[in-house]
Amino acid sequence: MSLLEFMKKNESHIVLKTEDLVIGYNTKKAKSIIASNINIELHKGELVGLIGANGIGKSTLLRTITGVQRKLSGHISINNTLLENYSNLSLAKALSLVLTESLTSKNLTVFELVALGRQPYTNWVGNLSDKDLQTVNTCLHQINIDDLKHKKCYELSDGQLQKVMIARALAQDTDLIILDEPTTHLDMYHKAYILKLLQRLAKETNKTILFSSHEIDLAIQLCDTLIVMSDNSVITGQPCDLIEKGTFDNLFPKDFIVFDNKTGSFRVKK
Amino acid sequence: MPDTKTYIVPFAVLGVLLLLCFFGNISLGSVSIPFKDVFNSFVGDLTENQSWHHIIHEYRLPKAYTAIIVGSGLGVSGLLMQTLFRNPLAGPFVLGITSGSSLGVALVIMGASIFGGTLAGVLTSKWSIVIAASIGGFVVLLVVLIMSNRVRDTMALLIIGLMFGSMTSATVSLLSFFSTAEELQLYVFWGFGSIGNLTWDELFVLFIIYAIGIIISMTSIKTLNTLLLGENYAKSLGLNIKRSRLLIIISTSLLAGTITAFAGPIIFIGLAIPHMTRQIFNTSNHKILLPAVFLFGAIVMLICDSIAQLPSSDLTLPINAITSLIGAPVIIWLLVRKRKMMF
Repeated sequence: MSLLEFMKKNESHIVLKTEDLVIGYNTKKAKSIIASNINIELHKGELVGLIGANGIGKSTLLRTITGVQRKLSGHISINNTLLENYSNLSLAKALSLVLTESLTSKNLTVFELVALGRQPYTNWVGNLSDKDLQTVNTCLHQINIDDLKHKKCYELSDGQLQKVMIARALAQDTDLIILDEPTTHLDMYHKAYILKLLQRLAKETNKTILFSSHEIDLAIQLCDTLIVMSDNSVITGQPCDLIEKGTFDNLFPKDFIVFDNKTGSFRVKK
Repeated sequence: MPDTKTYIVPFAVLGVLLLLCFFGNISLGSVSIPFKDVFNSFVGDLTENQSWHHIIHEYRLPKAYTAIIVGSGLGVSGLLMQTLFRNPLAGPFVLGITSGSSLGVALVIMGASIFGGTLAGVLTSKWSIVIAASIGGFVVLLVVLIMSNRVRDTMALLIIGLMFGSMTSATVSLLSFFSTAEELQLYVFWGFGSIGNLTWDELFVLFIIYAIGIIISMTSIKTLNTLLLGENYAKSLGLNIKRSRLLIIISTSLLAGTITAFAGPIIFIGLAIPHMTRQIFNTSNHKILLPAVFLFGAIVMLICDSIAQLPSSDLTLPINAITSLIGAPVIIWLLVRKRKMMF
């Protein structure tokens, strides 16, 4: 295999790529840049955590990558196609989301909700084909929520609902799944449960899963790659490399908490 | 969205009920015509009584058809609004579409004398009332839509709708100050709502526009289901939000606007029918809900009209009084019983 072929092969495994991306808001008067020089490469089957302090721009980055918000400059490509070249529908087949906002209608059954993930593939009235039904059932099974199938969403706990939303994104059958703070409102057990679930899904389905989170110690333990946003840089790398480089030391102001390299977690200053 | 349950039985019951109410509505009235003769009249058998035949074909049949159109059309438009605005209190009435129509009609009826002369005659014709009501409704709906882009809070939209209502009544009282008693009476009677005085020609026009509205609403079924997730999710599922929203709005204003134009502001049906339907069909799937609301709306409107006719008496009550008297308690009952409005 020549080097060129190798690189091409490797290139095709990159699901999400950003080049010199600058994010922020473009108002009439001025540009306000939130983060710049963002270069990310996410590969197939990777679980990627996006971490950083409150207000650092994690949500803005995710909103920009998902096409909700315009980028200021640079390039974003999903599966080697520039984001701006995607139609609404083709993007829906490449990228699925789990958002923090609550559902408009909780009167849907779990099955109906997950089945809505098949919308990009169904006909004008939304009829499910046998293949769609099969996909939905597989997704329910993968997340271990078969028994919730006929429950209404208002009957679910926060943890269950989050699993259902992940199943819905899975049913959309996209190479990339992006989750915005999937562990908020959950207790410690369910935080670990959800992230562990994401890790298993990334391995089993070979999908790329990107999530933002404040659970830094869990993310360090579970993720293949971390994107660390701090005041002046966006650094991507494997968790252990980042620990060695001391990336986490600059994540927060140092007056109350410090990062402990040995345990890979933050400690309150005594 | 899958049909996890089949709803054949409730649909069959609603279908039979609709037929019963349809024939019941025709048979009841100031002159009571037996079911058998109503049926014979349909089959083409000339009944022994020629005047019955005349009453049925020239008066009661158009009225029954109008009732079906009004009930189903307003019900469906209410359902569309509730899903689009993610608010169980939404409906053509609450959002001010009806107010807009009323304002249009008030301007035409009572403003006619201001324009004076020959124009006045043209303006107060039935058709100009219809057009004015349609335009009024559509303008308000557009404003509501623009507002809905600006304010994210849906409660604000309802308040804006209410404000349209008070602006309408204020403008109407101003106009009535300058208009003749005759014009005022014309407007007030229009405001009572009436489904009884449509000619076959008018019914035909109403039906065409209504049919377009219903067809658009049917093409929006998938969109409506997607919108149940909220707009951001809907967008991530490949939905073109702006276009879908415009289609839903057009469908609603065609339905609510023209119905208001021809039958006057019929209140509560648009708000109450979707909620009543959800009690029977406990689902949010619009593939089930839309036809169910359609049937249920038609049935309720036929019943309301039958009551308004006060069987075996010469009196006819304003249809609006009946719909409110039935609609309001039902909504209260639902709220108290369920404590929460699911949609």
